[in-house]
Amino acid sequence: MKVSDELLSQHGITESEYRKIVGILKREPTLTELGIFSVMWSEHCSYKSSRVHLRRLPTRGPAVLQGPGENAGIIDIGDGLAVAFKIESHNHPSYIEPFQGAATGVGGILRDIFTMGARPIAAMNSLRFGPPKDVKTKHIVEGVVGGIAFYGNCFGVPTVGGEVVFSNCYTQNPLVNAFALGIFRKDQIFYGRATGVGNPVIYVGAKTGRDGIHGATMASAGFGEDAGAKRPNVQIGDPFMEKLLLEACLEAMHKGLILGIQDMGAAGLTCSGCEMGARAGTGVEMELDHVPQREQNMTAYEIMLSESQERMLLVADKSREKEVFEVFHKWGLDAVTVGRVTADGLLRVRHHGEIVAEIPNKALADEGPVYQRPLMPPASAPGGKFDLYPFLDGCSSLAGVFLEADANPGNQDYNRLLKLAAGSPNLACKQWVWEQYDHMVQSNTMMGPGSDAAVIRVKGTKKALAMTLDGPGYRIARHPREGAKLAVAEACRNIVCSGGRPLAATNCLNFGNPEHPEVMWQFSEVVDGMSEACNTFDTPVTGGNVSFYNETLGEDIYPTPVIGMVGVIEDLSLVTPSSFVDAGDAILLVETAQLLNGRVDLEEEKALQNFVADAIRRRLVKSAHDLSEGGLAVAIAESCFSNFHRKAEGAEVEIPSRNGVCRDLFGDYTSRIILTTTEPRELRRSAENAGLACLDLGKVGGRLLILKYEGHRAVDIAINELETAWRQGLPQLL
Amino acid sequence: MKATVIVTLKPTVLDPQGMTIQRSVQQLGMANVADIRQGKYFDIDLKDGASKDEVERLAKEVLTNPVIEQYRIVWES
Repeated sequence: MKVSDELLSQHGITESEYRKIVGILKREPTLTELGIFSVMWSEHCSYKSSRVHLRRLPTRGPAVLQGPGENAGIIDIGDGLAVAFKIESHNHPSYIEPFQGAATGVGGILRDIFTMGARPIAAMNSLRFGPPKDVKTKHIVEGVVGGIAFYGNCFGVPTVGGEVVFSNCYTQNPLVNAFALGIFRKDQIFYGRATGVGNPVIYVGAKTGRDGIHGATMASAGFGEDAGAKRPNVQIGDPFMEKLLLEACLEAMHKGLILGIQDMGAAGLTCSGCEMGARAGTGVEMELDHVPQREQNMTAYEIMLSESQERMLLVADKSREKEVFEVFHKWGLDAVTVGRVTADGLLRVRHHGEIVAEIPNKALADEGPVYQRPLMPPASAPGGKFDLYPFLDGCSSLAGVFLEADANPGNQDYNRLLKLAAGSPNLACKQWVWEQYDHMVQSNTMMGPGSDAAVIRVKGTKKALAMTLDGPGYRIARHPREGAKLAVAEACRNIVCSGGRPLAATNCLNFGNPEHPEVMWQFSEVVDGMSEACNTFDTPVTGGNVSFYNETLGEDIYPTPVIGMVGVIEDLSLVTPSSFVDAGDAILLVETAQLLNGRVDLEEEKALQNFVADAIRRRLVKSAHDLSEGGLAVAIAESCFSNFHRKAEGAEVEIPSRNGVCRDLFGDYTSRIILTTTEPRELRRSAENAGLACLDLGKVGGRLLILKYEGHRAVDIAINELETAWRQGLPQLL
Repeated sequence: MKATVIVTLKPTVLDPQGMTIQRSVQQLGMANVADIRQGKYFDIDLKDGASKDEVERLAKEVLTNPVIEQYRIVWES
């Protein structure tokens, strides 16, 4: 085949990459081979820009059973049980078609979990959009939230938490990062490996159509007769099909029929075939005529690159092929042997009797190009006017009011300011979003959306799992390395406040264009900050996903790494709410010796977390809530609001005077936690022994929230009135 | 004047609902039904003087998700 420059650029393959391909094959590639290389060596599959940096992340630890490189990371939670979890982005598809893009994002991450043998028990998602006033943003928010709800609810997995953030930089590039977690016995882990020469390679699940085939390639003229039908197609999710696939896969696994299995996600049949072969050091031979097809006249190129959803590739022992078919047919799913494992290490693809591709698996999966792209700090970071009030970013109408109060803190109506803050897009109650999700299905949810971390009980044990997502984009844009540390510190703090011990992390690294040296510099800084923090907290990174090329109108988004942290709570009785519990409880503020903004002292933060974890274990703590955006005033208000267990409770509190009333109420200072207790003296004594400051602020109770400052009532408001502003904030904007 | 707008998924887009209907049809033993794809239609009553362009715009911008759907308009006088 003659390969033109145009064809290469449509495939996103550079000249030097093409020379490497010819060197590997020792001949010119066929069109199908070119397509296969283009997807496997794409940024998405090969991590060619990020790989040199990702190596610096800590990935091992006593709890880690499987680190990066498989479909999901796995950690040991004791009692013979293991947990598989991962986060993945679906940003670009969600901008093109919000509902289906988000839905298939959820479907993809769920498959990554059950491919390992784990049954999904929880999902979360981290969402970022432009300002809610924007008409297009409204449409995207509605579609994305609807899509997540549709897929998760139909599949039957609870969506237990996550985050929703609004900022200008995401207007035309929303971020949709989906997290899932599953549980299984640690002796029942399955890997994506094509083992045993001669064993059948079996295709199961939905039929293959022309879904999501690489857009640039499809636009190529002179390629096929019906150009109209070959434009890239949005993938449509079918959660009921996925539920059947889950049950069938787990049944086949438990019957011992499966030797290796991998889901067909990005790059579909190509990626699962060559990666399973590469991991096992084997070859995989496939006959495409056997692949179940939904559409007529599909070419080898299309079948290999299709991203149709709800499909898996598996390898079974040759003596048990029939039993595999029986299981999948019972669930009403296609199961067809499409090839065999071979000894020659090649991905060999036949179509209509001809060999259309023959490439070493390792060349595709492991030997892709690796780039050490140039790094350069940006000439300027975004302005720092919101350093103390990051919730104002993306909320221009309120920014002026707060910055004015910051400059002239006297003579301000802080009742009004607190109501405005509580109802602002980034701090308002996200009920509008999560009430669309089924967060209770499977009946294990102890703490659902809205708490510091979501908590899921582990049936059959005394334990629970805590999980949270954090990605402070504004902070990281301001200072990538410090921001990344803050993200990890906050994620761990959330786990600790819920009564847990953080065990391991997954990350979704959303960045701009890696060909911009500034973006690669941000990436490198973030990896270093994250490494340092993960080492400090003993939370290795077990996997995740990198999403580059996130741009809005030619402007890169904020560097937005999202950390998914998972921890274990040793006993259900230690599960700690973030809301106040009983009237009369004392409210304490525990903080580190330094009052920091925009950065964190990791050792001090660790001492703070150890203290709170220990206090919870000693059963001295009734509620724990970490301070974040919105500062002390908003954190106390959040703990007052009504919840499933009780009506709203007020509080009377003395705000410590330090930097002026506006900053002391709303300023986002690092490493602070509010605790409630009936044993304030004992807690204060222990905190002081640990080198921490611990202040007695006041008491829970009453119908008012009273925040006193230097003897005056800076805030004196009915808690119900404030709660209404908080609950109505988002619905009013959308 | 009346118009009927018929909205269907584009031919290459997966139609899970249509597939489910097709499976039920097979279970009923109707072996000669090869494929079913489902969609929706809108009956639209127009006032005198309405233009075809208006209906076209309605179909394109409101009734159809152009990323995954297509439409066709049937006119009745």
